[in-house]
Amino acid sequence: MAAKPKLAVHKFASCDGCQLAFLNLGEDLLMLTQLVDIVHFAEAGPVDLDAPVDIAFIEGSVSTPEHLERLQRIRANSKFLITIGACATAGGVQALRNFAKGNEWFASVYAKPEYIASLDTSTPVASHVKVDLELWGCPVNGRQVLAATRALLFGVSPVEEHDKVCLECKRHHVVCVLVAKGIPCLGPVTRTGCGALCPAFGRDCYGCYGPAENTNTESLGRRFEGLGLLPEAVVRRFLFINNAAPAFAEAGKRWKER
Amino acid sequence: MSDPHLPSEAEIVERVQESPTIFTLRLRFTDPAEHAAYRFAPGQFNMLYLYGVGEVPISIVSDPGDEHLFDHTIRVVGRVTKGLAQLKTGDRLGIRGPYGRGWPLKEAEGRDVLIVTGGLGCAPTVSVINYVMRRRERFGQLVIIQGVKHANDLIWREQYERWSAVKDTQVLIAADVGVQLWPWHVGRITELFSMAQVESSRAVAMMCGPEGMMEVAVDHLCGRGVAENAIWLSMERSMHCAVGLCGHCQVGGKFVCKDGPVFNYPEIKTLFRAEGF
Amino acid sequence: MPGNYLPRASFQALLETLQQTGYRCVGPQLRDDAIVYDTLRHVGDLPRGIRDLQAPGQYRVEKSDCPRFFAWANGPQALKPLLFAPQEFLWKTERAADGRLRFVAAVPDAVPTAVIGVRACDLAALRLQDAHFLKDPSRDAHYAARRERLFLVAVHCTRSAPTCFCASTGDGPRAEAGFDLSLSELDDGFLVEAGSDTGRGVMARLPLEAASAGQTQTADAEIAQAAKQQTRKLPSRNLQAALFANLDHPRWVDVAERCLSCANCTSVCPTCFCHSEADQPTLDGAGSVHARQWDSCFTQGHSYIHGVTIRADTRLRYRQWLTHKLGSWHEQYGRSGCVGCGRCITWCPVGIDITEEATAICGDTTHV
Repeated sequence: MAAKPKLAVHKFASCDGCQLAFLNLGEDLLMLTQLVDIVHFAEAGPVDLDAPVDIAFIEGSVSTPEHLERLQRIRANSKFLITIGACATAGGVQALRNFAKGNEWFASVYAKPEYIASLDTSTPVASHVKVDLELWGCPVNGRQVLAATRALLFGVSPVEEHDKVCLECKRHHVVCVLVAKGIPCLGPVTRTGCGALCPAFGRDCYGCYGPAENTNTESLGRRFEGLGLLPEAVVRRFLFINNAAPAFAEAGKRWKER
Repeated sequence: MSDPHLPSEAEIVERVQESPTIFTLRLRFTDPAEHAAYRFAPGQFNMLYLYGVGEVPISIVSDPGDEHLFDHTIRVVGRVTKGLAQLKTGDRLGIRGPYGRGWPLKEAEGRDVLIVTGGLGCAPTVSVINYVMRRRERFGQLVIIQGVKHANDLIWREQYERWSAVKDTQVLIAADVGVQLWPWHVGRITELFSMAQVESSRAVAMMCGPEGMMEVAVDHLCGRGVAENAIWLSMERSMHCAVGLCGHCQVGGKFVCKDGPVFNYPEIKTLFRAEGF
Repeated sequence: MPGNYLPRASFQALLETLQQTGYRCVGPQLRDDAIVYDTLRHVGDLPRGIRDLQAPGQYRVEKSDCPRFFAWANGPQALKPLLFAPQEFLWKTERAADGRLRFVAAVPDAVPTAVIGVRACDLAALRLQDAHFLKDPSRDAHYAARRERLFLVAVHCTRSAPTCFCASTGDGPRAEAGFDLSLSELDDGFLVEAGSDTGRGVMARLPLEAASAGQTQTADAEIAQAAKQQTRKLPSRNLQAALFANLDHPRWVDVAERCLSCANCTSVCPTCFCHSEADQPTLDGAGSVHARQWDSCFTQGHSYIHGVTIRADTRLRYRQWLTHKLGSWHEQYGRSGCVGCGRCITWCPVGIDITEEATAICGDTTHV
């Protein structure tokens, strides 16, 4: 049999939570190391930043000049590039700074802002290089990263999930929190993949898996108003973890203008 | 078959690369008894299962009379077909079928037969052509019209050449984009319809390919007096179960997997041109 | 002659009789602010005195002093998930080291189950699901195994929710057929009727008393009252011609502006049967299970075929749902696919009302 495929896990501007999708795999992590050669995964130990790999996972958004340069090298060295999580896929919660003036923020936070090398914006990886697969979530879970890896090992494209959270709620016998409790749940516009985690505990989805396909944020926003939310509260629902994902960014902008 | 859902193991006996993106798998069930009992009709399809990946519906292209092997000609278009393309001779896959209603071979006897296909839509009709060729005296004129986007996309070129040499058989081929030494028409397939030498009153048309092409073909045939119920179309829709349960392939009240894939035109006429069905 | 009146204090005897016969009892209970069907161990699990307040896009429950167990109309689900499982394995594949494949059918998971508190609309929906899943030659083994082991205790509706319209579809509020036992609930007990031999066997073991003529009259009057309460209705029981004659109606655009395309309606619909199938390989690659799960005509995947989505936008998806449910269902199963339960109205997050949309599109042109 040929040599094991090589895999890397990279980090950009992020909280490291998505890398835990690997680290928390338990026995599956041991199995994964038998199937692939993990050549770079700083949080787990191996460091070989510029190693050519078959599969590269990237966590985190592009936020500094160094990120721009490193990302190009990773792309050049990777056959199949997968972004994991809201930061790498949509710019993350830190993309909220795209709405503000970065320099003013730095000045108010840091005593010597001139030491901070930061871009004005936090952007998704796909804004800079070609991305082969996006895994949404804040954070992504082990099932997602393993399913993608398994498919690639079989030589086929991974399955992309883009149905709405509502379907998952129904498949798991979760009573709709929007209808039965009147709380402003983002499930009807949010991509599935989490297994309807929040509604299963009686709370509203806050959209951490990003927009689903074919969203109707306008209609859902009007429904939220009907539940008593002021337009600025509707804005905050959309402009949260995936605020820079186009469907949510556009919804936030629309509701800001009301 | 006792469980309509459960595939059986089949072995790839031969793999033929037909074009850069089209390949043929020649298959045999690994259980000899199952292989011996397997029967299908031209126009029917099987569900091909790629281990660990999933299933796709693919029409059966070989001759039902060939008890040795059965063939599937496949274009790489999605994740399963991309994976199937990587299989080699000797590899195993799952097969369940055959499913659906095939072509109206009995109804076509004694009549002129017109086959209109586009792209890989030719695959489900090859067995019809072979069927007619073997019983040539039972049929009138045979006209085969095939269209491809690019001349290099045409597969089975020698076969078309062979058929065109047979008595009372007309082969018309069009490529939107031609190449040097392309002996056939350059242009739209629809430009060939008026050249078909069939007698409208005794013609039976069987077509498979892009629906836009089939719409034009239907209009042309009806315009020259071919009866609507003499027109048969093979339809393609998303299929997961292939037995009329999963609901994906519905066109109005019809399940393409079990009521089709071959339909008599009047059966689907009302929704044939409707967007979204 | 033995009576047919089961005093409320003896209701536990019904559960125990069924349990002793080998059934797992499933019935309504209050959970997560809704009436849901789950394993019923004791009469105390039933939602005594609970009422549901339903409106388009809204479901609330309130407690009352009413001693009744079935004083509500319905919840988000009833029989469908018990028979057509939201997620299940159909078969698995084992791959040997030499590449040989072995296919193993999943054994249907079918515990004999008695469902208490089935509504007339649910029974009508069950008949439609039976017609779909039990039709030869593609009879579904999983559905069939559970269906064969099902005991149904219907309870006639004595109170309709504002979203109910079963009277207009001809499916309620009285459970006419398809049950093993049916119950009419009164304040102090139940009138029991058997609808099958199995039901008669269970009934014979219940501590029944003679019912008075007054009790029977009250029960009938309450069911009639439930029918009268209903304000919603479909324009006709057969809208096939009217819907397909109006495929270009501007209302499709209008409803698409409101519809979230979220699939809540199809998921709570007791007759919707669409499902997807997919493989779930083990990480080591040595095995793979082929699973199915509920799908919906409101998803992109439903009509996706190598690069083309036949129904890419909400207008086409909503039109598919309505023309199938109220239209082409007639062609497939000889009647409309709607049983008037109103769930799609209540559980639509934005309160789209199927009766309103159908009326707007079909108008008064009722084709029967």
